[in-house]
Amino acid sequence: MKWLLVATVVTATTLSDLLQSREMKRHGEITDFRPGRWARVMAGLFRRRYLVLSIVCMAISFFAFLKLLSVADLSFAVPATAASYAVEVVLARLVLKERLDWRRWSGAACIVCGVALLAA
Amino acid sequence: MSAPGAGLIVKTAVAASVVVLTNVLGNFSLSIGMRQSAVPTAGALLERVFSPFVLLGIALLMLWLLTRLTLLSWADLSFVLPVTSVGYVLTALMGKFFLAEQLSWQRWLGTLLIVAGTALVAATHPRTTPPKCGGQA
Repeated sequence: MKWLLVATVVTATTLSDLLQSREMKRHGEITDFRPGRWARVMAGLFRRRYLVLSIVCMAISFFAFLKLLSVADLSFAVPATAASYAVEVVLARLVLKERLDWRRWSGAACIVCGVALLAA
Repeated sequence: MSAPGAGLIVKTAVAASVVVLTNVLGNFSLSIGMRQSAVPTAGALLERVFSPFVLLGIALLMLWLLTRLTLLSWADLSFVLPVTSVGYVLTALMGKFFLAEQLSWQRWLGTLLIVAGTALVAATHPRTTPPKCGGQA
């Protein structure tokens, strides 16, 4: 049960993050941070179909995570669901065409190991 | 990859900090709300979803989502994920100090590795893809 919930969270989170990053790159850099303007830009985002889909994935991940918290410690739940890290960084390179230098690869590797240890 | 300007560094730092804090506090609040009853039936779950701590957690996580979307509008996913992962460290510490969860030496070593990884990635330029990729002007 615990691990099924972890798998659900990881899959949904990965899909959600990839869609979000892709849509926000397409949207372009947000530069106006006056509260009213920012709120309007945020509201406008929800007309983007793939962004809405990413929120749906996030909701699935969120409710699976809530359920996980009710059967496991917070300090197990949070690190265990971070397995999506490794998958996401590789997909950021392959799908989003981000250029990862040695610092990003090694930094991400450190974090994956660190997160695995947190779950130990 | 040119060096990032001061403006970009400042707004990246501010947005990343808000992303980390809202996420940690949101998760913490959810955890308090969810652990009040140990019976994981559907009805009990639904009841807990509307407890004050869970609602506060949800509000914080909504702010987290919007700030993170804003950050992703100029920063790479492979930058945002590692840099905001310092939140795992804060979560582990809060679990120890406020929820009395046990922290073994493995967890402390994990914490150290995450901090090191975060520092490595934070030193890179936030964006490596051209602005507005995907062909939409």
